[in-house]
Amino acid sequence: MKILVTIKRVEDYESKIKVKPDNSWIVTDGVNYRANPFDEIAVEEALRLRDSNMPSEVVVVSVGPAAAAAEIRSGLAMGADRGILVKHDAFVDSDGVARVLKALIDKEKPDIVLMGKQAVDVDDNVAGQLLAEYLGWGQATFASKKESLESAEEKAKKPGIKLGADKKSAQVAREVDGGLEVLEVQLPAIVTVDLRLNVPRYASLPNIMKAKKKPIAEMTPQQLAVDVTPKVKVVKVEPPPQRAAGVKVPDVQTLVQKLRSEAKVI
Amino acid sequence: MATILVVAEQANGHLKKASLAALAAAKQLASKTGGQLAGALIGAGAGQAAQELAGYGVPVHAVEGAGLEHALAETHSAAAAEVAKKLGASEIVIAATAYGKDIAPRVAARLGAGLASDVLAIVSGNQFKRAMWAGNAIATVEVTTPVKVVTVRATEFAPPEKGQGAGTVTPAQVPAPQAKTKFVEFNEVKSARPELTEARVVVSGGRGTKGDFKPIEQLADVLNAAVGASRAVVDAGWQPNDLQVGQTGKVVAPQLYIAAGISGAIQHLAGMKGSKTIVAINKDAEAPIFQVADYGLVADLFKALPEMADAVKKLG
Repeated sequence: MKILVTIKRVEDYESKIKVKPDNSWIVTDGVNYRANPFDEIAVEEALRLRDSNMPSEVVVVSVGPAAAAAEIRSGLAMGADRGILVKHDAFVDSDGVARVLKALIDKEKPDIVLMGKQAVDVDDNVAGQLLAEYLGWGQATFASKKESLESAEEKAKKPGIKLGADKKSAQVAREVDGGLEVLEVQLPAIVTVDLRLNVPRYASLPNIMKAKKKPIAEMTPQQLAVDVTPKVKVVKVEPPPQRAAGVKVPDVQTLVQKLRSEAKVI
Repeated sequence: MATILVVAEQANGHLKKASLAALAAAKQLASKTGGQLAGALIGAGAGQAAQELAGYGVPVHAVEGAGLEHALAETHSAAAAEVAKKLGASEIVIAATAYGKDIAPRVAARLGAGLASDVLAIVSGNQFKRAMWAGNAIATVEVTTPVKVVTVRATEFAPPEKGQGAGTVTPAQVPAPQAKTKFVEFNEVKSARPELTEARVVVSGGRGTKGDFKPIEQLADVLNAAVGASRAVVDAGWQPNDLQVGQTGKVVAPQLYIAAGISGAIQHLAGMKGSKTIVAINKDAEAPIFQVADYGLVADLFKALPEMADAVKKLG
């Protein structure tokens, strides 16, 4: 099987995000970068699928600046086999990313594509679905699993995505409003992953060393003949409205009184 | 005149509440563009739910038929896009629920439309506000394409009042593509409590509970509240996934949000900052949650919550 996984370079969610004084973007100086956490879950799932279906290959792809090679390298250090960086310095909207990936997938012809359900920078949650439609493929978004993250299945690093015996289909449990829905997707398909699919592994030191020797191919959207002019432009970025400072109450009785007579919510 | 199409959501013939928020957002959009409103409902039971939506004075197209029984993204997005094309819709508005998030991008791709996702406010006919970086920044985005798809965060748009007249319901037939996806089963999470994203009151517990949610549940029962949890609680396996409030979990905006034993990580705040009144109960007076709380109580939740439950009961 060939499994393609996407990784986006994003601001570390532990970093303090501040808006630039000219409201054009956020301050990026002094901010740490890392792989999008949902994408790490996608990489983990890809590795589990590969290791239970040998021979298979995991290809990690990123669309972003040259520095995104570091995030591809982190995927390789987790155990992926090779990387592809589609280099573009300026902002690419989710539609642009989806069209770049479509062009790449037409060449790479993977059996399944795993993506994080959203990147925690723009929080869009649309690229996977757009890509599925552009390819004319089926999709299973928000992949999760019935077993908990404390279960024996998880400890044994079993894939949550269950491949059919003929490897032409896969069953995916999806986290939807009010419960878990199970879909059977015909492969190739797009699966976007949610938080509870697995616990991603840490890269071991030997694997970090090995990853340095793994190949990363570089190309540009132009070479893939994709125009990445955004359909959706960011015209202004502002800090969120601040909540007025609240009050500390001395005891439960005062709290309940205030909720009844002041806030009028109980 | 251009049409603004609301693609609503239903289950077993019942209109989902979030769809009314989408209708409210579409009405705001119409006031900016001068467009006229129409609705669409898709799948088994669409006709019945369409009556409910039409009650708000909107003409509704109900699409039922083979291949549309289950809410598969491939078929439902195709049906929605067909209705949009028939009506010559210039804007398509969908609530950003699991269903909306699943289908909207495919609708956009089919129509060559740009998509503004999880929108908090309508600025103009082509500009929308949305949260980025877990709500640490609010971006104004501009959709540059002639046809636009917008998904809206339901908690940010109050459902409209029912008007005088009802709209017409038109059954529609559209060709559905052969799906490459099959529905297998749905495992519903049953709870006697209100749904987290729809509840008026939410009581959430964090690491401070040490996994014991009894005080949280007892207070929730007294307040007829939904129960929520921080990511730490879910990651520890103390509570099921679907209770997680936060950037990567559920975004809630109830009238009253009570955070007990929750420190207030950015991740969590992003999911509840929109609540009308926030109460924080935490032993640690320095916990960041107090910075967003309207009322803060420095106390042990195992003492404070039962006491609060008793006090609320006495209020009657």
